[in-house]
Amino acid sequence: MSPNNYLVLSALLFSIGAIGVVLRRNAIVVFMCVELMLNAANLAFVTFARLLGNLDGQVVAFFTMVVAACEVVVGLAIIVTIFRSRRSASVDDANLLKY
Amino acid sequence: MEATHALASGTSSLLVWLIALPALGATILLLAGRRSDKWGHLLATALSGASFVVGLVELFQMLGRDGESRGVTQHLFTWINAGSFNVEAGLLLDQLSICFVLLITGVGTLIHIYSIAYMEHDHDRRRFFSYLNLFIAAMLLLVLGDSFLNLYVGWEGVGLASYLLIGFWNQKPAYATAAKKAFVVNRIGDMGLSFAIMIAFTAFGTVSFQGVANHAGPEHKQIMTWMGLALLLAAAGKSAQFPLQSWLGDAMAGPTPVSALIHAATMVTAGVYLITRSNFVFDSAPTAQLMVVIVGVVTLLFGALIGTAKDDIKKALAASTMSQIGYMVLAAGLGPAGYAFAIMHLLTHGFFKASMFLGAGSVMHGMNDEVDMRKFGRLRVAMPITYLTFGLGYLAIIGVPPFSGFFSKDKIIEAAFNAGGPRGWIIGFAALLGAAITAFYMTRVMVMTFFGQKRWADDAHPHESPKLMTAPIIILSIGSIAAGALFAFGSSLQHWLEPVVARGFVEGEPALQPIVVSIMALVAVALGIALAYVKYVRVPVEAVAPTNVSIWTRFARRDLLQDAFNEAVFMRPGQYLTRALTFFDRKVVDGAVNGTGALFGGLSVRVRRVQTGFVRTYALLILVGAALILAAMLAARI
Amino acid sequence: MNLIVAANPFSPGQTGTPEAVLFWILAPLAVLAAVSMIFVKKAVHSALLLAWVMITLAIFYIAQDAPFLGIVQIVVYTGAVMMLFLFILMLVGVDSSDSLVETIKGQRVMAMIGALGFAVLLIGAVGRSYTGFAGLTAANTDGNVEGLAQLLFTRYVWAFEVVSALLITAALGAMVLGHRERSSERPSQRELSILRFRPGSKLPGAPLPNPGVYALHNAVDVPALRPDGTPDPSSVPDVLKARGDVLDTKAFEMHTIEEGEDESK
Repeated sequence: MSPNNYLVLSALLFSIGAIGVVLRRNAIVVFMCVELMLNAANLAFVTFARLLGNLDGQVVAFFTMVVAACEVVVGLAIIVTIFRSRRSASVDDANLLKY
Repeated sequence: MEATHALASGTSSLLVWLIALPALGATILLLAGRRSDKWGHLLATALSGASFVVGLVELFQMLGRDGESRGVTQHLFTWINAGSFNVEAGLLLDQLSICFVLLITGVGTLIHIYSIAYMEHDHDRRRFFSYLNLFIAAMLLLVLGDSFLNLYVGWEGVGLASYLLIGFWNQKPAYATAAKKAFVVNRIGDMGLSFAIMIAFTAFGTVSFQGVANHAGPEHKQIMTWMGLALLLAAAGKSAQFPLQSWLGDAMAGPTPVSALIHAATMVTAGVYLITRSNFVFDSAPTAQLMVVIVGVVTLLFGALIGTAKDDIKKALAASTMSQIGYMVLAAGLGPAGYAFAIMHLLTHGFFKASMFLGAGSVMHGMNDEVDMRKFGRLRVAMPITYLTFGLGYLAIIGVPPFSGFFSKDKIIEAAFNAGGPRGWIIGFAALLGAAITAFYMTRVMVMTFFGQKRWADDAHPHESPKLMTAPIIILSIGSIAAGALFAFGSSLQHWLEPVVARGFVEGEPALQPIVVSIMALVAVALGIALAYVKYVRVPVEAVAPTNVSIWTRFARRDLLQDAFNEAVFMRPGQYLTRALTFFDRKVVDGAVNGTGALFGGLSVRVRRVQTGFVRTYALLILVGAALILAAMLAARI
Repeated sequence: MNLIVAANPFSPGQTGTPEAVLFWILAPLAVLAAVSMIFVKKAVHSALLLAWVMITLAIFYIAQDAPFLGIVQIVVYTGAVMMLFLFILMLVGVDSSDSLVETIKGQRVMAMIGALGFAVLLIGAVGRSYTGFAGLTAANTDGNVEGLAQLLFTRYVWAFEVVSALLITAALGAMVLGHRERSSERPSQRELSILRFRPGSKLPGAPLPNPGVYALHNAVDVPALRPDGTPDPSSVPDVLKARGDVLDTKAFEMHTIEEGEDESK
């Protein structure tokens, strides 16, 4: 099997995640889709590390995980704050910043 | 040519008081307001008189010194000190200035006295006197300034005073318009003066009379020519010379004492003063001198012709003023041979024209402010003093010996003939023609006002004016009798002014003997009187101006179409230009600016719809953008 | 796939057969789970499907000589992050299901076109990126964790420190965001009691009664009886009432003489 298949899988998961971000209205689901995209990118990093024969890709994937953790913490806090004031977790409800 | 300008020497701390006293009067009267209504006119008259006394003191001090050191200066303060450019605010009193100082303060004080009675019933008399004082101060600054820039301050000051006084009764729109017209036309002349100052500064780095005089000479002929032409423009504006003459007639809208003081005796002669003071410029620039002569000749005939058709006594006198100043300018244009005569005529004219204007004011005073001479007639019975003084002025202006006008005008005609060559003959005969026309129209004024049948309205009760008015007229009349002989006897004024304007000048062989010129002038005057006699004594004057007159009369009644010309050549095209420019500005410039704004505004209105507020739309756009960038990168790789 | 080549572990550019089998079983499942994740209505289901995808990825990491990342993936993502998600779902409302009707015009079509185009281009790009297969055997000679540690604390030490700062900042940020400022004084017990017994008060005078306790039954789904013998509905959680899981009290009541007297009345 060609290791390229991992990359194809990564691209597919990334695109699926992107569709989810664009189509879902529930902020938490949108967030999950973002996580999916990050994980897809991580898969690509790990695969490239293997293809190139050094561990730098894995290190970057590690950093991605850490940053993703931070992002989740802050993002979910924001969602909770918005939910507290608007009683809704829909990203379409928070649309005051417009023309 | 070496500097002809008198080296000023010695100082006099009194000089500044000449200007300060009337300036103080104007300030007090304007600031004190209505509180000074009761005594304002007296204060103004007293201060003007005090200024005259200071002038007399200066004169006697000057007489105490010999010819070369008669000029005195007073340094006041450093006005402008910018690098190499230095202007000192200083005063210069020399033989030329003192003539003007005495004329201005003397005649000015008499007219102040006259105005006390004349303006008695005007509730704004105090304001009138403050303006008169302002005028006296400004005019003194004009003649006492020791540089072109100092002169310019006074120049603008008298322009302001003239504007304020012409429009003194500005409740009448026509009068306000007349004031505006005078101001606007004067501005054109003022531009000439500022150009002259700029030329002097650019070329020589100095604007003082002495500094510019030091550069005079053939080596700067071109600069001096330009400067001379600019000064001529200034003089034409202030002295109502062709082609800037149109404002003087309308300036008669002001109270009659103003017409007498500003628009006959003093301010309008400032142009002559300017040319005479700048003699070093004109002596280095023959072309500019020739232009001065041409302007003088044209104006003296122009004014005289207008004078023949005017029925308004003040406008007839104004036309005569224009014409007489034309004589002065003509004389000034003749160079060192004529400066003294220009000043002599200026002084005598100051006397007799002021007295005639005051006489006209007296007539108006007695006739309910009527100015149409066709409504006068036979006033010699009702107003004997006015009649006598006016008559003396009349004899003086037409040049009947031994009255003052004879001496001064005769000298100018003589100098014109002596200009040499065909030019001399042309201007000489033009001056003679002017003398004849002057005699004609002044006789006409005299006859229509004081002789013939009485034509006044039934409700008019002509009476002699109060003593406060007749006294100044009488004093001025004495001046108009005696001044000419006084100045001309032994060429006294000529010698007096020689250190200033004609140093080292030697009179050449005259083209015509003086006696011949005098006889020719008298013949011309006699012809003029005879023609007027035929037209206005033998045929009774009609109370209403006839309308079936020749085209020439109509032409003259309309001031030789000067206003029509100005309107057609300057005003209308100016208006069209302005309209075109505003149209261009509105449609093209504003259109471009507003169009650009509207374009982007409209664009923004549409483009901002992209900002839906839905974060998912933005995410979608990011996704599409990322796809496009990816496509571009791949396309670049292929 | 060329099985002969795939079977050869030393053939460059290929992986071993067991890995291929693993991949072809798990990858379609992961894609399926991912697609389902974005099309199920309930957020909890999405979370579970995402957890599945993450576990799959963890397995792939381990298969690709990245055992450390695989473990971290399970611990951090499936363990911590997904738990956080579920926790927030509990806060926001666990049983709410989202409408999948699109409200923005053209969003769905454009999203599909954009994502498909992106996927095609990305697959085209990574398909061409294959330059050789080095393998991590050499890099992992000292062990995967040691190799990573060596890189982290030498070449990437600056990034490591920065990320630690980021973590602290994020923690502080979450605390700030989660903090709610009190706008009024906290009421004392005495004040609360006064409030409770004031006429028109919405607060009950006493805590809600506990559910009924019966010898024969686990009592949470059965209302307690009031002193007069009638059941008290407020003693049962609303959730159970909504589900219809509340049992009748009759079955557990003692039959008393008063009942007969009541009938005789």
